[in-house]
Amino acid sequence: MKANRLSLAVGLLVAGMAPVAAQELSIGLKSEATSMDPQFHNLATNTQVNKNIFESLTTQSSVQKITPGLAESWEAVDDTTWRFKLRQGVKFHNGSDFTARDVIYSFCRVPLVQNSPSSYTIYTGDIADMEAEDDHTLLIRTVDKNPLLPVNLWPLAIVSADALGAEDTVTYGPEGTCEGMGEVPQAPAFNDPDIAVGTGPYKLENYTRGAELVLSRFDDYWGGTPDWERVVMRPITSNGPRVAALLAGDVDMIESPPIQDISRIDDAGFNIVDALSNRVIYLHLQQLADAPGIGGTDGKNPLMDKRVREAISLSINRDAIAERIMGGYAEPAGELLPPPMFGTSGRAVDPYDPERAKELLAEAGYPDGFTLNLGTPNDRYINDEQVAQAVAQMMARIGINTTVDATTASQFFSRRNALEFPIYMAGWGAASGEMSSPLKALVATFDADTGMGATNAGRYSNPEMDKVLIEAMSTIDEGQRDELLQKAETIALDDYGIIPLHYEQTVWAMKPELTYEPRMDQYTMAREVKPTTTE
Amino acid sequence: MTLSTSNTPVRIDSPGRRIVKQFIEDPVAVVGLVLFVLVALIAVAAPWIAPQNPYDLAQLDIMDSSLAPGESNFMTGQIYWLGTDQQGRDMLSAIMYGLRISLLVASISLGLAITIGTIVGVAAAYFGGRLDSFVMRVVDLQLSFPAILIALILLALLGRGVDKVILALVIVQWAYYARTVRSSAIVERRKDYIDAARCLALSDRRIMFRHLLPNCLPPLIVVATVQIAQAIALEATLSFLGVGVPITEPSLGLLIANGYDYLLSGVYWISLFPGIALVVTIVAINLVGDRLRDVLNPRLQK
Amino acid sequence: MIVYLVRRLGQSILAIIAMAVLVFAGVYFIGNPVDVLINPEATQAEILATTQRLGLDKPLYEQFGIFIWNALHGDLGTSFVYGRPALEIILERLPATMELAVVALILSVGIGIPLGIWAGLRPNSLSGKTIMGGSILGFSLPNFWQGMLLILIFAVLLGWLPAGGRGETRAFLGMQVSFLTWDGLSHLLLPAINLALFKMSLIIRLTRANTREVCLQDYVKFARAKGLAGRRIVLVHVLKNIMIPVVTIIGLELGSMIAFAIVTETVFAWPGMGKLLIDSINLLDRPVIVAYLMLTVLIIVSINLMVDVIYSLLDPRIRLSEMKG
Repeated sequence: MKANRLSLAVGLLVAGMAPVAAQELSIGLKSEATSMDPQFHNLATNTQVNKNIFESLTTQSSVQKITPGLAESWEAVDDTTWRFKLRQGVKFHNGSDFTARDVIYSFCRVPLVQNSPSSYTIYTGDIADMEAEDDHTLLIRTVDKNPLLPVNLWPLAIVSADALGAEDTVTYGPEGTCEGMGEVPQAPAFNDPDIAVGTGPYKLENYTRGAELVLSRFDDYWGGTPDWERVVMRPITSNGPRVAALLAGDVDMIESPPIQDISRIDDAGFNIVDALSNRVIYLHLQQLADAPGIGGTDGKNPLMDKRVREAISLSINRDAIAERIMGGYAEPAGELLPPPMFGTSGRAVDPYDPERAKELLAEAGYPDGFTLNLGTPNDRYINDEQVAQAVAQMMARIGINTTVDATTASQFFSRRNALEFPIYMAGWGAASGEMSSPLKALVATFDADTGMGATNAGRYSNPEMDKVLIEAMSTIDEGQRDELLQKAETIALDDYGIIPLHYEQTVWAMKPELTYEPRMDQYTMAREVKPTTTE
Repeated sequence: MTLSTSNTPVRIDSPGRRIVKQFIEDPVAVVGLVLFVLVALIAVAAPWIAPQNPYDLAQLDIMDSSLAPGESNFMTGQIYWLGTDQQGRDMLSAIMYGLRISLLVASISLGLAITIGTIVGVAAAYFGGRLDSFVMRVVDLQLSFPAILIALILLALLGRGVDKVILALVIVQWAYYARTVRSSAIVERRKDYIDAARCLALSDRRIMFRHLLPNCLPPLIVVATVQIAQAIALEATLSFLGVGVPITEPSLGLLIANGYDYLLSGVYWISLFPGIALVVTIVAINLVGDRLRDVLNPRLQK
Repeated sequence: MIVYLVRRLGQSILAIIAMAVLVFAGVYFIGNPVDVLINPEATQAEILATTQRLGLDKPLYEQFGIFIWNALHGDLGTSFVYGRPALEIILERLPATMELAVVALILSVGIGIPLGIWAGLRPNSLSGKTIMGGSILGFSLPNFWQGMLLILIFAVLLGWLPAGGRGETRAFLGMQVSFLTWDGLSHLLLPAINLALFKMSLIIRLTRANTREVCLQDYVKFARAKGLAGRRIVLVHVLKNIMIPVVTIIGLELGSMIAFAIVTETVFAWPGMGKLLIDSINLLDRPVIVAYLMLTVLIIVSINLMVDVIYSLLDPRIRLSEMKG
């Protein structure tokens, strides 16, 4: 507190002398990045932090539109070849120039990162070859037709080939067969600011695990002088203390204040911003004859009956959940991605109609309902455990007696993947910002060979939908792809193969002197926090 | 080691009456006892006196969620004296049922831990030798580790559930009783009446449980009152850390944990009232235990 | 004494091994950490590849064998989450927890013993009863609830102290500590009080009980009868006689404080190893969980050993070889 007042006083003094904002920005985050290596752990928590230090060829705007980043422009030469024009005059933090060599080195390093709990190879695996036509022109060839290449490049951070000890020429080879890589530094080395060198607006100054991450301004940033002299990010994982830290003035801004505290924070004069996110919360119903956790049906799986699935959807009062449990910070969902994002059809939200739901249950041969076990994580999504209980409450009203099996995310995901839940609640945030992401992962028929349906733990399968989706995924033409994705989604939702509940809204709270343009991908990016007063 | 080992002659007048007489001399302890009896009665009678069954999801309505104390259900007009939680659960009912779960978990684990601890402790003291030294090694080793750490790890491995919490509490508590019983039994064993019983060729089991055990009861009772309060607090802490009882059947600890996120936002009743209920329960037990310790300690009797 | 120490050490090693086996197998059965660590967009093949990379596809006994082999070479495994040696990650957090525990211990002893003696000498006075009543309350309030109330009162309502985090640290004897700066100290105060209150109550009760017993001893009565000043009796006799049980308690409680720090650190976002344990359990980061437990067991065992040695120094009548351990 005292130090804070002091820094404020110093800030005022400096502000009096130089018009450039010279203050410090401190942010309370709800989770901590696991490493400073931007290629170590492919996870939102890490991405939102390392995007301040490192940049990518493409950038995603706050509404998930792909815009130029370190690449000024790009074009598809043919179905599998893309040409990228790299930005000129970009400097790394260590003073070296940004060239095509850095890009090739960065993509080459991805499969060479050891012990990665979630590798970035899911974005580079499709790259067959890379070729530098000159220092600032790059050809990328993909194995298959991949309309999403520019989207996939956004998570791939560009590191400095010089700082990491590459040779003068780096030649691309798929799956870790690059040449000229030198000795590749591993993730722990990135705690050293001389290794964690990017092109971003902020430089790594100091990283104390569990306590704070300090960034300082990079004066030669190509995009103009960054707003803050110093940025401090502190992980405060408990909700209450995070809010308290904001109210007490320990931090200037926090992400994800608990919904119930928002009005209080607002009353205290803080600035609240919020926006619809790309994350849909959904129910998945197991479509295997021997589903566990179902009682009162003589061993049959009632969820295989479309009428029962429809009844469950109609039994849920989505407005009440959005209002009561989510405090208004959610929107009832009729699709897997909020419209008007790419591939959405504007489909209406299922109505709340418990009477019709009971009729459907009776028609399906379950007039007295049955019992069901609903799985949910309790520390993953906003008020997840509460939402699941409310869903159970509503299903109980139409005769489906539901018990809630809430566990921590670690146990939930393992048990879900082992198909232990007849019905489960989870969330999906489309990192690509378009419809193929949820369809491919959640609804497509599970197939380990093609990578389809990887998160389809209900094992829903609809060959008709699969066919349309696969066609969409290899269609480069935007208009045609949009149409195909809408068609595929409609097939799945008409069949109640998955039941969307609501889209989460993401909230940030900050001092009134600050503004933040809310991001659909729920990222908190220090580089986008701006002071309101510029004089 | 602070336990008394003096050889006060056995009193002729009924020890029970003396204890009761001395106990009621302290009004604070009596208040504690009355409170505890009240709390226990509420817990036992919860299904009959609670306005609502908070575990029956069909009786809840989220349209009633987070109502302040004194507001009423707009459909039935039922008044929520202590407000409702996020699920529209009547807090008064939830506290009554939560008390029930908390006391149930604590007393079942207490019963099991005492039984196991007593059998092990008496046997160790009576038979002595290798059995004794082995048992005491295990006990000392276990007691040197903090109960909360052992319970936390156990529950993280076992998952949520009332039965699992009970198991964890028994595992962390039996050693206290084993040590207590053993240390007083070892003193009693050297006394003449045990030798006399042996001369009568009574069976080992009979000597242990009919003759040895009753004389070890006073310290056991004192330890038990401390431990039951500890067990309730431990269960609450474990539920707070997310490894306790399941969410649909909340104990007092879980109710507090659920309301914890709302404490700063002005929706104080979800966390505050269960917190008060928990503290009252534990304080009442501790007051009783405190007085019992004084009354049952023969050295402080003069 | 040597025999005693060796035997004691042997038992401790057994305890550590038992703990390692239990936790290792337990975490193995809970789930696959890859399920929670991996990016949701990953395909089945990538999940499998990651599982293999972390060595989690091998049968349990083989994983355990590798672990034991490495442990014997001083390597407790590499964190699944951080990709760095588990021990290194924990040792980074150790100073924060130790600082918290030691400050809390000093608070609880420094305040607990005088209050306990006071209450023991005047068991029926108003002040004595108030102290005892307060200690029952401190003893009964669950730790986490107490912490939240402290934040609510001192950080939010009054705004005197920060709500969480560690604040500024300085290097001291090669460790980063908070107590050398005002900012660090202000962050340390609330969590230290939170951690201390329970133990303080315990120490008050223990000291009071012992003081009362000692007061009834013949030599104290005799001293009193001889007309020695009350204060001298207390200082010389009572203090000397309650030292042994108090040292024991302090020793045992330091270990339990490290464990209870889990709760305090969670409430106050204190970056110590208790917080790390909870996070690691949630992420199924098995190497860190196992390493934490082994380190904690080691700390507790060494403290117990030290207590025993101090014990024998304080009271020559107790010989270590006679103690069952």
